[in-house]
Amino acid sequence: MDSPFGLLAELTYRCPLGCAYCSNPLNMADYSDELATDEWRRVLAEARDLGVLQCHLSGGEPLLRRDLVEIVAAAHDLGLYTNLVTSAVGFSRAKAERLRAAGLDHVQVSIQAAEPAASDRIAGTPSFRRKIEAMGRVKELGWPLTVNVVLHRLNIDRVADVLALAEDVGADRLELANTQYYGWAWHNRAALLPSRAQLDAAERVVRAARERLRDRMDVLYVIPDYYSRYPKPCMGGWASRQLTVTPNGDVLPCPAAQSLPLPRASVREHPLAWIWTDAPVMTAFRGTDWMPQPCRGCERREVDFGGCRCQAFQLTGDAARTDPVCHLSPDHDMVARAVEAANGERAGDRPPVARPHLAR
Amino acid sequence: MDPSPAATRQRGRVVGGADRPRLARHVRLTFDRTRQRHVLLHPETVVVLHGTGAEILQLCDGRRTVAEIVAALAGRYRSVPDDEVRRFLDRLLARRWVELADGPELTDG
Repeated sequence: MDSPFGLLAELTYRCPLGCAYCSNPLNMADYSDELATDEWRRVLAEARDLGVLQCHLSGGEPLLRRDLVEIVAAAHDLGLYTNLVTSAVGFSRAKAERLRAAGLDHVQVSIQAAEPAASDRIAGTPSFRRKIEAMGRVKELGWPLTVNVVLHRLNIDRVADVLALAEDVGADRLELANTQYYGWAWHNRAALLPSRAQLDAAERVVRAARERLRDRMDVLYVIPDYYSRYPKPCMGGWASRQLTVTPNGDVLPCPAAQSLPLPRASVREHPLAWIWTDAPVMTAFRGTDWMPQPCRGCERREVDFGGCRCQAFQLTGDAARTDPVCHLSPDHDMVARAVEAANGERAGDRPPVARPHLAR
Repeated sequence: MDPSPAATRQRGRVVGGADRPRLARHVRLTFDRTRQRHVLLHPETVVVLHGTGAEILQLCDGRRTVAEIVAALAGRYRSVPDDEVRRFLDRLLARRWVELADGPELTDG
């Protein structure tokens, strides 16, 4: 078993936005007993000892943690590469300067569309202007800037505008990530899943832009797995390279894994090293021994690792089945039907429902 | 605002002997004591360096030229093929992990 490279530190699930595509857990109350500053310091130190080199500070909105600067400083002092994943609401000049001084390495700002009204509508709150200001602040203070946009049926037709916006603000990286259907997004799937024609058009635009911008900006495009032949190599394999610590100290291979019926493992009860090596939540799907057919006999079993356990569970009720996205999965018709509906006459009839606001 | 004016002139470039390479500002070179290897850290990626990669990059300070880097390595090893160093830097340049400062020596560090 290898050491993990990255820690996703989900500092809080509280968030000023209410995005319809939100993939965070729905059972917010279970996460309200958030780790204290000293507990995060200990988790970061244990993660570093375990081999973690990158620390993604995320949520929810990590800026809602009053001790964010202290947490960044602790991660930085341990030699971790620190990445703030933020909606930018609350990224004031003063806060930004304190984070810079604490050693924050990189900032990723989300935006919901390239046009103010559309972005605010999807975010469920007026935030576009503040996000653009925050992006300018990131550049002014000398940070590398990643802009992240989650794509779906309602904004994918304007992906050219998103690319132009990223270029305007001087982004170093642009992540165009098609929606993944977990958490709240799962309930909005029919409204968010784009048609094949939309995807084809967007992919042409992205390909051309990538070529044009290649000496200035990295353009990452995360394909929508519902339309792919094989599943995504989720997390590079279960509990293989990354780990997630949730706001209340639960340790998971990925944030969506909280939905699976596996025993909890908390940093409040066990050392992180033991959890990584031995906790059932980590060992359940590590490697290839757990695989059923057709994965077990498939030559791609160590390419895509059977796809996503959480998606398998979401769709079939059994986390140990082949990801139904795979065309070889016996459950593939569940995905095929959703794709068919997204390309049918009634597709997109109903608008998505914004997630209720969570910042308190 | 971009502190690296050279970064805008690098489309399709390959590394030449007079270039002065340096790590891009979003990339950090560090030693990982868990793996006992030098690593390159980037927002989404970790590259574990093997062989002379780390030594080459430690010399990429935006002041030394590629020719000087090759000469410095030649002092430590019996043979350091010049084109091997360039190919290594070409690959990192294509990923925008290394920037080139050519012409007069930089003074802004």
